[in-house]
Amino acid sequence: MAELTDLSLLEAAGALRAGDVSSTELTRACLDRIRSLDGRVHAFLTVTEEMAMAQAEAADQQLRTHLDESMPLVLGIPIAIKDVLCVEGVPTTCGSKILEGFRPPYSATSVSRLISAGAVILGKVNTDEFAMGSSTENSAYGVSHNPWNLERVPGGSSGGAAAAVAARMCFAALGTDTGGSVRQPAAFCGVSGLKTSYGRVSRYGLVAYGSSLDTVGGLARNVADLTPIFSIMAGHDPLDSTSVSDPVPDIALSGTDIGDLRIGVPNEYFIEGLQPEVETAVRSAIEAFREMGATIREVSLPHTDLALPVYYLIAPAEASANLARFDGVRYGPRRGPGKYPDDFFETRGELFGAEVKRRIMLGTYALSAGYYDAYYGQAQKVRTLIKGDFEAAFQKVDLIACPVTPTTAFGIGAHGDDPLSMYLEDVFTLPANLAGVPGLSFPVGFDSEGLPIGMQFMAPHLGEAQLFAAAHAYQTNASWHTRWPEL
Amino acid sequence: MALTLEEVKAIAHLARLQLTAEEEQRFASQLSDVLEYAARLGEVDTSEIPPTASVLPMNAPLRPDEIRPCPPRDQMLANAPDSDSGMFRVPRVLELEP
Repeated sequence: MAELTDLSLLEAAGALRAGDVSSTELTRACLDRIRSLDGRVHAFLTVTEEMAMAQAEAADQQLRTHLDESMPLVLGIPIAIKDVLCVEGVPTTCGSKILEGFRPPYSATSVSRLISAGAVILGKVNTDEFAMGSSTENSAYGVSHNPWNLERVPGGSSGGAAAAVAARMCFAALGTDTGGSVRQPAAFCGVSGLKTSYGRVSRYGLVAYGSSLDTVGGLARNVADLTPIFSIMAGHDPLDSTSVSDPVPDIALSGTDIGDLRIGVPNEYFIEGLQPEVETAVRSAIEAFREMGATIREVSLPHTDLALPVYYLIAPAEASANLARFDGVRYGPRRGPGKYPDDFFETRGELFGAEVKRRIMLGTYALSAGYYDAYYGQAQKVRTLIKGDFEAAFQKVDLIACPVTPTTAFGIGAHGDDPLSMYLEDVFTLPANLAGVPGLSFPVGFDSEGLPIGMQFMAPHLGEAQLFAAAHAYQTNASWHTRWPEL
Repeated sequence: MALTLEEVKAIAHLARLQLTAEEEQRFASQLSDVLEYAARLGEVDTSEIPPTASVLPMNAPLRPDEIRPCPPRDQMLANAPDSDSGMFRVPRVLELEP
């Protein structure tokens, strides 16, 4: 057998069931790989070796004694968790100094469902502070490196998750996507990443950033590997009143059979500034779908160029409210002279990073008396138009295909201290969050420097099954997802 | 839409953020850039458009009012930087009359 860490999640699940390998062996192989490579990649903030080995032994016990068809496919599979999701008793920093040392007293529902299904938790992976960023450069605990080129960013904010999956340190990872934070790092690292529909997966235990936009998703080495993660996490949770009670579909993947799929290609996503190699790769992937029998047609999402300003008012506004809770009273360190209100100002001023402070300030301003209507109120109205674009397009097509990012992974430090230029990186991913629709990013090529190129599908709200079926059909023939970075 | 240094200080106060003089300068310019970029939203006619606060139809779901267990008090206090007698300890908010 090849290296254990070379297996896909579903191959590993098959090997576990066949008794060819144990969860303890898989987990040990991942931990060894983390130990040997993570000094250079820096995907992990915390490695939970002891817990992982105990979970692996429990999984092996279950596999030996109670194995039956209904066992979840994630049983005994080692995964990583983005450090904005709470895991009981495990440090959860959100990439911030303001939560240094915080050990949550409970786990996020997405995490606890996976643990109950027998998944093995290897540790917590890096993120831009409070998921605010597109590169992990905003993490207070250092930048993660793209396994394809260590001088490049892995993307963000789920950059640690994408880097860990690409470097084969884990079989899958949980990420979160508020404005592209799963799909963009998946594209930069050449892995597959699912942004779920808003409300599809419980947000309980996810440290809130933009509550009307936040979603929990997953990253894995291929599309099929994402399906068992999705099936377990999805579904109503009484602890999150915004989680929907619609039934979670059975995901049945059937090779290249895509039926009479209609794919829409929006002109507004093929704009000036799009790296020509990205456009070529995405257009040729769309062509591959035409050859599989799909109908390809142009669609228009006319308000696309307004998504960025809408997002950068709504998300900071929600963040400014959500992050008010970090005051050095209930968790995290406290700074200051032991006086009211100085301690609040100093704790927050010293322990939040620059980007978090900027977004809190922007949101506070957008919500403040005299500016609310012009900024926050107007952004919410334009959001209605953006959502309407998708509703109109999905009258005509089943899926929308477009690039994930304007360019391949940029260099560490490339955006310097220019937040607006960094925000422009999110131009193709923000609309899905504003509309609440699901998106799936998967590799469709490499540029001349050997960096991965991603394409995304977007589907109507709760249309994850269509995303999986189409992207899996592509991967049945394509081989981009089987290439690995040399480390 | 350029933010003045005074506006930046006022926003930071509302947000309970202590900023250095250097941060105030830098944020004034960076936030002005973003607001200038966002100004294009003002050109969109939204007089007939309702706002979207959530993409889900929000109907404030109700649940039965049942007693459920909550985590033990010492567990919830374990992360506090300062606690005393089963409570979060904070700096004095009110000064006592002499």
